[in-house]
Amino acid sequence: MARFLLRRAGFLLLTLVFTSLLIFLITQALPGDVARILLGREASAQALAQLRAQLGLDRPLPIQYLTWLGDFVRGDWGTSFSTGQPVRELVLSRLGNSLQLAGLTLLIAVPTAVGLGVLAALYEESWIDTVISLASLSVVGLPEFITGLVLIQVFSFRLGWLPANSSIAPGTGLVAALPYLVLPALTATLVLLAYVARLTRASVLVELGRPYVRTAVLKGVPWRRVVIAHVLRNALLPTITVIAISFGWLISGLIVVENVFNYPGLGRLLTFAIARRDIPLLQAVALVAVLGFALANLVADILYAVFNPRITLR
Amino acid sequence: MRLEGVSVGYRRGRGWVRAVRDVDLTLERGVTYGLVGESGSGKTTLAHAVLQSLPAHGRLLGGRILFRGRDLATLGPEARRREFHRRVALVPQDPLPSLNPAHRVGRQVEEALDPSGRSTPELRGRAHALLEAVGLADPERVAGAYPHQLSGGMQQRILIAMALAGEPDLLVLDEPTTNLDVTTEATILDLVRRLVHDSGTAVLYVSHSLGVVAELCDRVAVLYAGEMVEDAPATRLFTQPRHPYTQGLLDSVPRLGSTRHEVTLRPIPGRIPPATDLPAGCVFAPRCPLAVDDCREATPALEATPEGRVRCWRWPEVEAGQADPHQPAPAGRLHAPAEDAEAVLEVEHLAKRFPLRRSLVELLRGAPRRAVRAVEDVSLSVRRGHTLGLVGESGSGKSTTARSVLGLEAASAGTVRLLGDELPRRLERRPASAIRRLQMVFQSSDEALNPYRSVGSTLGRPLRRMAGVPREEAAERVARLLESVQLPRSYAEKRPAQLSGGEKQRVAIARAFAAEPEVLVFDESVSGLDVSVQAAILNLLGELQQVRGSGYLFISHDLAVVGFLADQVAVVYLGRVVETGPARSVLSPPYHPYSEALLSAVPLLAPGVERARVRLEGDVPSPVDVPGGCPFHTRCPRLVGPQCREQAPPWRHGPDGHAIACHIPLEELASVQTALFGDGGAPAVPGATSEGGDG
Ligand code: SF4
Ligand code: SF4
Repeated sequence: MARFLLRRAGFLLLTLVFTSLLIFLITQALPGDVARILLGREASAQALAQLRAQLGLDRPLPIQYLTWLGDFVRGDWGTSFSTGQPVRELVLSRLGNSLQLAGLTLLIAVPTAVGLGVLAALYEESWIDTVISLASLSVVGLPEFITGLVLIQVFSFRLGWLPANSSIAPGTGLVAALPYLVLPALTATLVLLAYVARLTRASVLVELGRPYVRTAVLKGVPWRRVVIAHVLRNALLPTITVIAISFGWLISGLIVVENVFNYPGLGRLLTFAIARRDIPLLQAVALVAVLGFALANLVADILYAVFNPRITLR
Repeated sequence: MRLEGVSVGYRRGRGWVRAVRDVDLTLERGVTYGLVGESGSGKTTLAHAVLQSLPAHGRLLGGRILFRGRDLATLGPEARRREFHRRVALVPQDPLPSLNPAHRVGRQVEEALDPSGRSTPELRGRAHALLEAVGLADPERVAGAYPHQLSGGMQQRILIAMALAGEPDLLVLDEPTTNLDVTTEATILDLVRRLVHDSGTAVLYVSHSLGVVAELCDRVAVLYAGEMVEDAPATRLFTQPRHPYTQGLLDSVPRLGSTRHEVTLRPIPGRIPPATDLPAGCVFAPRCPLAVDDCREATPALEATPEGRVRCWRWPEVEAGQADPHQPAPAGRLHAPAEDAEAVLEVEHLAKRFPLRRSLVELLRGAPRRAVRAVEDVSLSVRRGHTLGLVGESGSGKSTTARSVLGLEAASAGTVRLLGDELPRRLERRPASAIRRLQMVFQSSDEALNPYRSVGSTLGRPLRRMAGVPREEAAERVARLLESVQLPRSYAEKRPAQLSGGEKQRVAIARAFAAEPEVLVFDESVSGLDVSVQAAILNLLGELQQVRGSGYLFISHDLAVVGFLADQVAVVYLGRVVETGPARSVLSPPYHPYSEALLSAVPLLAPGVERARVRLEGDVPSPVDVPGGCPFHTRCPRLVGPQCREQAPPWRHGPDGHAIACHIPLEELASVQTALFGDGGAPAVPGATSEGGDG
C-alpha cells in the first residue's frame, strides 16, 4: 500500500509538471500582448518595454517557465493583472467555495441517485423502473443552464424560497451560505443524477444475475439481506469510482452552473481570467483544477481497492 | 421431492421453447440420483427447475414440483425461504462465481449456518468444524481468506461445507467436479460419497460424465433432447442398458486400459436436435440404429421396466436379445504402427521459464531473479505413425511444452528436432517447410477458425501457401479434405458460426492436415466435446494417422482418452517427465507413484466395483518454488525417506523403454501396487498385469 501511494504520488507529480508546461505554453500562445493589455492602447513603446522587462517577458521562454514554476511551488502565485490582488488568496478562497458546493452536491446527489438506481434494478421492467429510467433520461438531455433557469423560475421567482443570485461575499460562513448553495447544488445534482443512477442500476442488475446471489438465496438468507450485504456490497464498487471522479469535475468544471447563479467558485474565476487575459490567474486556476482531478482519481483508485478484496495495491 | 410431469421452457420471441418435457422424478432420502446427458439434453434446466432458480426468461410450463408433500408453486416468499431454501442446497459447477468475492470465506459459511448474518464465537466454531469436516486442514487460515485466494478444489470444498451447514433434505450437485483436475475430482467425490452416506439426505447429481455418475450414484436417469429416456439402478444401467441412446453413450466412451487397436469406439451419428426443431415420433429416431417407421410416427411413452423406466418402442426386443441396440462398428480396424518407425519429432531437455519482475525493493536488496518454471526438463520422441500421449494435472507444463515445441513460446533451453533438423526456438525464425511439417489443433476451434471466412477459404489457404496446390485444383482438394474428415463437400460454403462444436473441430483438424504435416500437436483437442462426438473424432484421428502416417503429440488431462489413442505415454509433473514408456507399460504396474495416483483417480464405468484408492493431498506446488529432491515428495503417498526430499530420483528402466524416475526400485513398486483396472473394468487383481480390455 505504501509503495502504491509513493508510486502514485510520483506519477501525480509528473502529471503536474507536464500539465503545468502545457498550461504555460497555451497561455503564451494566447493572442494579445500582456504589456499592452495592462497599459492600454496609448502606452509608449518605452513604457511597454520597461513593463516587459519588469515582468520578465523579455527573457527566453524556458527561463520564464522555470521561474513561474519555481515561484508557484514556493507559494508565490503572482499578482492578478486585472484586480491587482495576490492570485493565491483569490484562488484559495474560490476553491473553498467550490469545495462547499461540490460537497453539498454529492450529499444530495449520491443517496438519491444510488437509491433510484437500486430501486430501478430491483423492480426491473416494472413501472417503477420505467418511471425512473424515463425521468433520468429526460433530465440528462437538458443543458445545465436550462435546468438552472427553470429551478430559479420555480424556487426563487414563483415560490420565493431561495435566492436566485448566489454571489456570496468572501468569508461568508457555511451556515449563512447554505441557502445560496441549494439551487446551484440542485442543478449540478441533476447533471450527475441520471448518470450515477443508470450506472448503479446496470451494475446492480449484473450482480443480481451472479451465481453467488443464488447461493445466498438457497442458504435461506432473507431477501433484504441478500440485497444489502451481498448485491450492493459488490454493485456499488464502480459507483464509488465514478463518484470520486465526479468530485474532481464538481470542483472546477461547474463553469455553466456557477455562471448561471453568479456563484463565486473556481469555474467562474476561470471564465473571468480568460475574459480578462489575466494570465497569472488563469495559470493558477488551471493548475489547481488539474490537481483536483488528479487527486480525485487517486482517491477513486484507493477507495476501489479498499472495498474490493480482489485488488491489491502494488 | 417429487417432480410430476414437469415441462420447462424458455421464452423465445413470442412463444416458448420447451427445453424439458414431461419429466417425472422422485428423490428420496439416502438415495443418490444421477442425471446424465450431453449438452442440449436439458439436464441443467431441470436442475434449475428443481431449485426454483430458473433464469428470468425460463418458466415451469407444466407439471408440479412437490417438496415434502407441498407444491412449491403455492408457497409465498417467506414460506419458500423457510420451508424450501433452508432445506435444500446446491453445489454448483463453478465454485468461484458462486461465492461472494467481497466476503471472507468464514463469514459465508457462518451465514449458511445462520442466515440472519450474525457472527458469534459459537457460529465461528461451528464454521471451522465444518471446514475441517470437508477436509480443509487449516480452517483458521481458510476462514480468513477471500474466495479468490483459494484453489479451485478448496473453493469447491467451501461450497460443500456451506451446502451441508443447513443439514439439507435435498442436495443438488451440478457438475461439481467438471473444472477440476482428476486428482482433485477424486478427493471431492470421496468427500461427497462419505458425507451423503453419513447424512442420509436425498441427492441429485447432474453430470455429463458417465464415469463420475457410475462411481457415485445409486440410480441414474438419462436425458436426451429434454426427455427422460431411461431410468434404472446404476448397476443395471451401466451393464445392460435398455435404451439405444444409453447404449450409444456407453459405446462412445473410451475405457481406461482399452486402446484403439483393440476396440473401436462406436460414435452416435448426427447430433442432438435443438428444442426448437424436434423430430416427430421418437426424438432419438434420426440417430437410432433400431429405428423403424413406427418410431418416426408415434412418440413412445416412458414405460415401466422391472427395475426402472424406458422410453422406447422396442425395449422388450432389446431385453430379450432380439434387437441389437449397438451402433454399427466403423469398418476396418486400426493396426498397430510399425515398432521400428523412425523418430520424426525429438525434444530434448526442453525448459521454459517465465521470469518474474522484481520489485524495486527486491532489486535494491539484490534478491535473485525468480521465474515461473513452467517446463523444467522434458524429453520426448514421437515416431512416424505413432501417438505420444502427454498427461498431467493442470500446472504440470503440458500446454507450455506444446507451445514451446511449436515455437509459439521461445523455449529457454533444450532442443526440438524435426526429422533430424534442429528447429529455431522462435516460430518467426523457423523455415516455412518446418512450419508446414509441424501443425497444431487447439482445444477451442474458435481460436483456430476465422469466423468471417468460409470453411473453403480457411482450408484453401494452407493448401495453396504451404502444400503448393495450384489455385485451379484447390477447390477439389478442399472437397477431398472435407471428405477425409467426414464432412459433406457442401460445407466449403459454410461459415464457422453455422457449424456445431464437433463439426468445427473437424474443420480445424482438416486445416491442420491441409499442410500435409509430418507431426501434429493436439492440445486438449477433444476435451470440450460431448462423448458421442468425441468418439467420432477419436476414430477419425486414428484413421487419418493410419492413412497418412503422421506422428501425433497428443496432450490431454483425460487418461482414458490418452490411453485409447497413444502408443507411448509420458507423464509430466511440475514441468518434468516422471514416467515414460509404451502406453501399455505406463498403464500397468509398476507405476510411478504420481501416475498411480492419477490412474486411481479416474472414474471407471463400473458401478459397485471396489478398487484400490490412492489419493493425493493438496494442490500442485507453485512452479515458482519447485520442491527440491523429487518434485513430487510434498504429495507422494509412497514417500520412502529423506532421500526423496534431498536427492533427485534416478531413472529406473524396465523392458520396452519403460522408465520411471523414483527412488523406489521397479520391482518394489510392482510388488506394492495393484493393477488399477482390469479387463473391461472388472475388479482389479493384486499383482496382475493388465493385458488391456476388450471394451
Ligand atoms: S423408439 Fe424407436 S427410434 Fe426411438 S429409441 Fe426406440 S427403437 Fe430407437
Ligand atoms: S522419489 Fe520418493 S517422493 Fe518421488 S515419487 Fe519416488 S517415492 Fe515418491
